[in-house]
Amino acid sequence: MQALTNRVQEVSRKPMSFMERLYIPAILKGMAITFSHIFKKKPTIRYPEEKRPFSPVYRGLHVLNRDEEGRERCTACGLCAVACPAEAITMEAAERLPNEEHLYREEKYAAKYEINMLRCIFCGLCEEACPKDAIYLSETFAPANFTRKGFIYGKEELLIPNPTTEPEAYAKAKGLQ
Amino acid sequence: MTLLAFDWALLIEKLVLIAVIVFGSLGIALYTTFAERKVAAVLQDRPGPNRAGPFGLFQPFADGLKLIMKEEIIPNTSNKVLFILGPGLAMTAALMTCAVIPWSSHVELFDRKIDLQIADINIGILYVFGVVSMGVYGIMIGGWASNNKFSLMAALRGASQAISYELAMGLSLIAVLMLSGSLSLKSIVGEQMADGNLWNIAYQPLGFFIFFICALAECNRTPFDLPEAENELNFGYHQEYSSMKLGFYLFAEYVNMIMSSAVMACLYFGGYDIPFLDESTLAPNIAALLGVGALLTKIVIFIFIFMWIRWTIPRFRYDQLMNLGWKTMIPLALANMLITGALILWKAGA
Repeated sequence: MQALTNRVQEVSRKPMSFMERLYIPAILKGMAITFSHIFKKKPTIRYPEEKRPFSPVYRGLHVLNRDEEGRERCTACGLCAVACPAEAITMEAAERLPNEEHLYREEKYAAKYEINMLRCIFCGLCEEACPKDAIYLSETFAPANFTRKGFIYGKEELLIPNPTTEPEAYAKAKGLQ
Repeated sequence: MTLLAFDWALLIEKLVLIAVIVFGSLGIALYTTFAERKVAAVLQDRPGPNRAGPFGLFQPFADGLKLIMKEEIIPNTSNKVLFILGPGLAMTAALMTCAVIPWSSHVELFDRKIDLQIADINIGILYVFGVVSMGVYGIMIGGWASNNKFSLMAALRGASQAISYELAMGLSLIAVLMLSGSLSLKSIVGEQMADGNLWNIAYQPLGFFIFFICALAECNRTPFDLPEAENELNFGYHQEYSSMKLGFYLFAEYVNMIMSSAVMACLYFGGYDIPFLDESTLAPNIAALLGVGALLTKIVIFIFIFMWIRWTIPRFRYDQLMNLGWKTMIPLALANMLITGALILWKAGA
């Protein structure tokens, strides 16, 4: 029969020699190998104490951004929801009232902004679609939760802390500390 | 008044000894389970259990608590009495072996000479063999009472494996008995400690090798763990067991391991003898304590080798197991016995 590729190798079917049938040399060799592993460096990362660093391009949990004065950047245009292939984003828009200029950057803002983390595939298309630099994917992942409802993240979970009123929490969220 | 003439101090002494030895071996077995997990981890480049307490040292207690808290399930169609008897028998048989093992020489306490051995009976090693073969009943009864074909098959495997390997084990033992001329474990150890005598391993390397392999098979340790072959028999004879009854089966395996290590240390490695040291120059109490330490060290080394083998070698196929037992081990043991006998006669004649 003609071989399909040149990588074919004939399997040796000849009966085992006496030394091979003893098994002992092979067993001793195997035991030497396992013994040598005692002295090997363990690659384990002891998770809660030690964390694996994420790469800078890691796409993790979403963050709703604020500008330098601590105003929400999101204008509830809905482009992220349109871009989302998993249809994980829902939002409701509202109009900024005259005394809310310090809270929202533009006249329209998202009164409700929810991302279902169970649907989200962390593709980052929302980040690309956003014209206002309002949504970013951070370098963390969604922690475990007991209910499905717990995975629907609202504005409380998504918004980055206000840099003017909570500068420490903001720096921590930014990873500056 | 004959009752009162009884040596009550002896009774108390033996009771204390029994309690210490039984609970001591249980405690060691507890930590053997932990050691097994740690050894497995280290051989596989993992850190192993390290959450419960410092270095994970409380892990065996956590395991035990978990097993006790589990729901106890007794299958409807099983024979209830036998179902409960199975693990009990396995555990009892495993623990009973420790009665004849000489843990050390003797200590002198309260003007009494206390032997650190529960019973120095003159058929010591035969007793060990008898009790170890009773352990098979634990597997057989458990597997049969479960009313499950996988359990039954595993039980049959366990029984036939134990019978096959006990033969070779007994034959390799006969050569040791010819050397020492006694069945008592204490005098076998004494013979090896005597001046000018080496440990039996020096005279019986092949015998020890056969005995060791058979001990692996008797303890159902890998590569002979066919009765609990996970991949073909779904866990084997203790498949239907849950909670602490399962714990007893698993625990009995570790107790068996300690006991067979102790027996091997006594038969071939001088028991509580410390190499290159004349114990008679020391105070008897210190010598006895050092002896316990020496025996425990030997046991620990054997247990490590057991585990090392387990995490290296895959399981035998059933026909390979039987071939090895009947066609290799028994002829080798017979040859070893013949050669030893011939050499002893030749030496006596010369």
